[in-house]
Amino acid sequence: MTDIQYLAPKTLDEAVRAFAATAGKGRILAGGTDLLIQMRAGILNPGVIVDIKKIPEMTAIEETKDGGFRIGAAVSGAVLREHPKLKKVWPGVVEATNLIGSTQIQGRASAGGNLCNGSPAGDSVPAMVAAGAVVTIQGPKGKRELPVEKVPKGPGRLNLEPGEIVVAFTLPARPKGSGDAYLRMIPRTEMDIAVVGCGVSLTLDKGTVTAARVSLGAVAPTVLLVEDAAKALIGSKLDDAALAKAAAACSAACRPIDDKRGTIAYRTQVAGVLLKRTAAIAAQRAGGK
Amino acid sequence: MAKIHVSTTVNGEPHEFLCDAEQSMLDVLRGPLGLTGSKEGCGSGDCGACTITVNDRIVCSCLMLAAEAEGQKLGTIEGMAGEELHPLQTKFLEMAALQCGICTPGVLMAAKSLLERNPNPTEHEVRFWLAGNLCRCTGYDKIVRAVMETAADMRGAAR
Ligand SMILES: Cc1cc2nc3c(=O)[nH]c(=O)nc-3n(C[C@H](O)[C@H](O)[C@H](O)COP(=O)(O)OP(=O)(O)OC[C@H]3O[C@@H](n4cnc5c(N)ncnc54)[C@H](O)[C@@H]3O)c2cc1C
Ligand code: FES
Ligand code: FES
Repeated sequence: MTDIQYLAPKTLDEAVRAFAATAGKGRILAGGTDLLIQMRAGILNPGVIVDIKKIPEMTAIEETKDGGFRIGAAVSGAVLREHPKLKKVWPGVVEATNLIGSTQIQGRASAGGNLCNGSPAGDSVPAMVAAGAVVTIQGPKGKRELPVEKVPKGPGRLNLEPGEIVVAFTLPARPKGSGDAYLRMIPRTEMDIAVVGCGVSLTLDKGTVTAARVSLGAVAPTVLLVEDAAKALIGSKLDDAALAKAAAACSAACRPIDDKRGTIAYRTQVAGVLLKRTAAIAAQRAGGK
Repeated sequence: MAKIHVSTTVNGEPHEFLCDAEQSMLDVLRGPLGLTGSKEGCGSGDCGACTITVNDRIVCSCLMLAAEAEGQKLGTIEGMAGEELHPLQTKFLEMAALQCGICTPGVLMAAKSLLERNPNPTEHEVRFWLAGNLCRCTGYDKIVRAVMETAADMRGAAR
């Protein structure tokens, strides 16, 4: 016996209406790799499941007119990886999303689900934050946009109004000489939860950083945009002093928990170390040193 | 609540079934559809014993709702052999790449999907592609070698 209802609307409007009608008792289903586990564990018990994968714009990747990308919230990691152009322009976003779980998990898991699950350790989130992604949200009151770092509110909590659905991520156009990267620290090489994650996006002009965004995952109740670290990098040639300053800014931004995966002191130190390593990869991709 | 009616294709054959909203695809495969080749090792996406393809992409059927199968094209281990065993199946037997066999259907489904995309994988690529398939018997080495050798044979045969 069951009193759960499964809906698979074919349009966004239909989905918004159906989701709003559940009056807080519904759950959006993207890849289900978090949702189904939480339902089975009895953590969630939704009355209605609204599957968004039959809605074309939720599962499509498009290039925007200005040369950016629009990634549907339910696009799976496997589809993201196979896009011919995306991984050249935003390799950090693609590699971060591809770190989620195994090949099988990749067949279903989405960046939208990763964000909306609200874990501070979600791997794609820091990469999206570093990339400056903007999220399109649709709900009963209409459509709005929010920078991705503004979506999480705390572990498992989001700045979404009742009935709102994340529709897509928009990545901006890329100036010449840009590169991004994401690294995470985990005890294993696959299938584990980040102890620290770090995203960096850089634009270089003749070796000098003209734009930077730095983000950290798993070191605070939400993923962090670390503006002080970006400031330390902008204007520099990524010399040791600038990197040390940015690393210190990352460590200073940490408000981590102590758990079996890492102590507060460990996470705080690793945040700085990861910043340096991630920045080096981003710079190399940007065509710098 | 009424049961959900689902029409789908499994291993090229049309199938219809009734399910509850929260019932997993794995449950329906092993129950009403009688396809017990896919195994339940964990029910939480960690072990890969339940691996099937949906529209030619591998997924954990324990983390998929049966209702989601509507209109999709599923593939299970039962569809792997034609008149003869698939070269991977033959090689696994030959090289003893299985012991208890619980992980084997999932490993084979995953390995087949790898070779379809990448006929010449490195050992590193094989190990990462199969990272979501846990085996508590073989220690993985024989599995990885069998996949590499099958790939080499299939490349030879294709030449
Ligand atoms: C074996 C295994 C390994 C994993 N490894 C990792 C890992 O290494 N790194 C990592 O970050 N995560 C990992 N995860 C967690 C999970 O796979 C990711 O968080 C994934 O990105 C979730 O995406 P999904 O599409 O499956 O989300 P779902 O499970 O469908 O949804 C997750 C939550 O978000 C809500 N939601 C989904 N989409 C939307 C939307 N568009 N609008 C509003 N709400 C929405 C759902 O209602 C649900 O509450 C792992 C999970 C498993 C089972
Ligand atoms: S039973 Fe599905 S992954 Fe283990
Ligand atoms: S052969 Fe026993 S689990 Fe792999």
